[in-house]
Amino acid sequence: MQNEGLKNIWAKYQKEIADDHYYYLRSCIRQNFFPGAEYYFLKILREVLGKDVYDDPRHTTCTGIGYHSDIVPFETIQTVVAREFALMTAAGYRNVAVSCVTSFGIYSEILETWREFPKELQKARENLWKATKREFEIPENIAHASDIIYKFRHQIAEKAKYKLVNTNTGKPLQIVEHIGCHYAKMFPVKGIGGAEFPQVLSGMIAAWGGDVVDYPERRHCCGFGFRQYLVQQNRGYSLSNSKKKLESMQPYEPDAIICNCPGCTMFLDRWQYTLYEMEGKRYGQNNESIPVLAYEELAALVLGFEPWNVGLQMHEINTESLLDKMGIAYNPDEKYLDKNKQPIGSFNKTGCLSCC
Amino acid sequence: MNKSIVVIGAGVAGIEVASILADMGYNVFIIEKNKNIGGNVAFWHHLFPNNRSAAEVREYMNQKIKVPNITLFPNTEVTDISQKKNVYVVRTNKDATFEVGAVLIATGFTPFDARRKEEYGYGIYDNVITSVDLEKKLERGENITTTQGMAPKRIAFVHCVGSRDAKVGHTYCSKVCCITGVKQAIEMSKMFPDAEMYCFYMDLRMHGLEYERFYKDAQENYNTQFIRGRVSEVSENKDKSIQLKAEDTLSGLPLKMKVDLLVLLVGMEQGKDSDKLCDILHLHKTPENFIQPQDPHLQGNVSSRQGVFIAGTCIQPMTINETMQNARSAALEINHYLLHL
Repeated sequence: MQNEGLKNIWAKYQKEIADDHYYYLRSCIRQNFFPGAEYYFLKILREVLGKDVYDDPRHTTCTGIGYHSDIVPFETIQTVVAREFALMTAAGYRNVAVSCVTSFGIYSEILETWREFPKELQKARENLWKATKREFEIPENIAHASDIIYKFRHQIAEKAKYKLVNTNTGKPLQIVEHIGCHYAKMFPVKGIGGAEFPQVLSGMIAAWGGDVVDYPERRHCCGFGFRQYLVQQNRGYSLSNSKKKLESMQPYEPDAIICNCPGCTMFLDRWQYTLYEMEGKRYGQNNESIPVLAYEELAALVLGFEPWNVGLQMHEINTESLLDKMGIAYNPDEKYLDKNKQPIGSFNKTGCLSCC
Repeated sequence: MNKSIVVIGAGVAGIEVASILADMGYNVFIIEKNKNIGGNVAFWHHLFPNNRSAAEVREYMNQKIKVPNITLFPNTEVTDISQKKNVYVVRTNKDATFEVGAVLIATGFTPFDARRKEEYGYGIYDNVITSVDLEKKLERGENITTTQGMAPKRIAFVHCVGSRDAKVGHTYCSKVCCITGVKQAIEMSKMFPDAEMYCFYMDLRMHGLEYERFYKDAQENYNTQFIRGRVSEVSENKDKSIQLKAEDTLSGLPLKMKVDLLVLLVGMEQGKDSDKLCDILHLHKTPENFIQPQDPHLQGNVSSRQGVFIAGTCIQPMTINETMQNARSAALEINHYLLHL
């Protein structure tokens, strides 16, 4: 891979990211699957970087999953998005930070629609007014949460306690990055680095000392694909997509997979378990599975936050191999204890998938 | 009558116009931004459809300008053109000034920058090259190998890179790429007889008399398979070979293939030179960004400005043969204009 070529492409796809005062729009599913990701996004921004983020309990799902499953009509989702913007407006914010890649795609698509077809914007304003008596301003800046972490990646690196370096060998960790289809494939200009050679996660990985693995199926869908998974009869198709990616990255012996999107994090994590159950096959080093983390979780680890507080026990694939390589201290006995040291329950199957 | 003409561009069109006008007794000043004449043919190896050496065409051009009333100004660029009645005053970056009766623009084309088709990985993956790169390597006598020094066993060619592609703003056909792909596949097959050649196309435009024969020859005698489908994505394998994905639209199946070398058949586009002259002279352009002739049927070499003429691939994509004929027509047009001033 020629770095100069990458730099040329990356230079084409940089965008303005607000420096402060974010109105945070959460994901529907992350709080259930990987709750530490959003918690640590807020914590890092507020406590490490000193930024102002408003986490509004009144905002709802963007209904993106319903929209992409043909359950929610376009007119409805525009009104829902208009309501999110109305809440932002009422709270006195102009910069949106979106947690979910699906939502980011939805907001981008709707803003483009309103730009191209102003009548749609007018209709959305009317529908929102009829339903809620609310009005809204269009955000001045809209960024995916990973854009914001990318923007501050060097500040995070300066404050880092750990690097993405194998402390046993001194070599950079080999990290697979997966940005998720709806981050940049629909609107390449809205993603840092574009759609073909995205920089948003690879920029973080490089800044924190790791190497990015460029494997042949890097751009391929994780397997979520909405209807591929949501229609039960299609789940084999979902699984086969994940398998294709895992088989393609296997020769590179990655130390971890870092994801941008809630669905991708879940599917690349959970389907490794399923594939093992079905075929008895693992795709990581030493016949183990590959740890899968959200970028906020990775940022939190780099900054030295305690792994079980970051929520890594919620992952199907154990992450201890990564923690060991990074030299992060942890107490295995506390993995499934809450803050009062009471057991929170554990996965039945997790332990069989890796070394612990 | 001012019997002097400035020709901008010393490629196939510019040289041919200059030599004909010189034969007619005009003084011709050729302004060329590069050190050498020849334009895009300067680095080409062999020409379709008969595989003649491009050096023969270059030699023809070299001979043509060796006449007293043609003066070549290499490494020179036009900075300004102004008009005083029927006289054009052309200034260059070398502080030269020419007062002439007519100006001919023959700035040619710029090969499409394949980096703009990011999905093909040109400039990023080592073993992805363009048709121009391949010609240059052949012309320099370099061994054609992968960047790992291996002889390629499977080579793929992607047609229409930067042509007929609304995504890059080029809806037009560049005319020469299909037959260049066939020619290069045959050349590679001759060089590597055991290797497999694959050409990915959306449809093949074999408009020349001999092109269909050439195309058939590639399939029958040079191990070249034509797959109707555009390549959607290119990746690099661990061994630096190239993985490509395409749809074979005839069999209706998606296709994934590993190749050792991927050649992108780049089309033509207008570059900064043409843009700059159009700005200076306020010339009309086509929606495709080529210079607009006054009348596509009857005045194909006349620009939208009196006394400024156009020839060759600054007007539209052309083969070398077509460029030659177009240049001859431009010479007659200029002569006719100057005689009737």
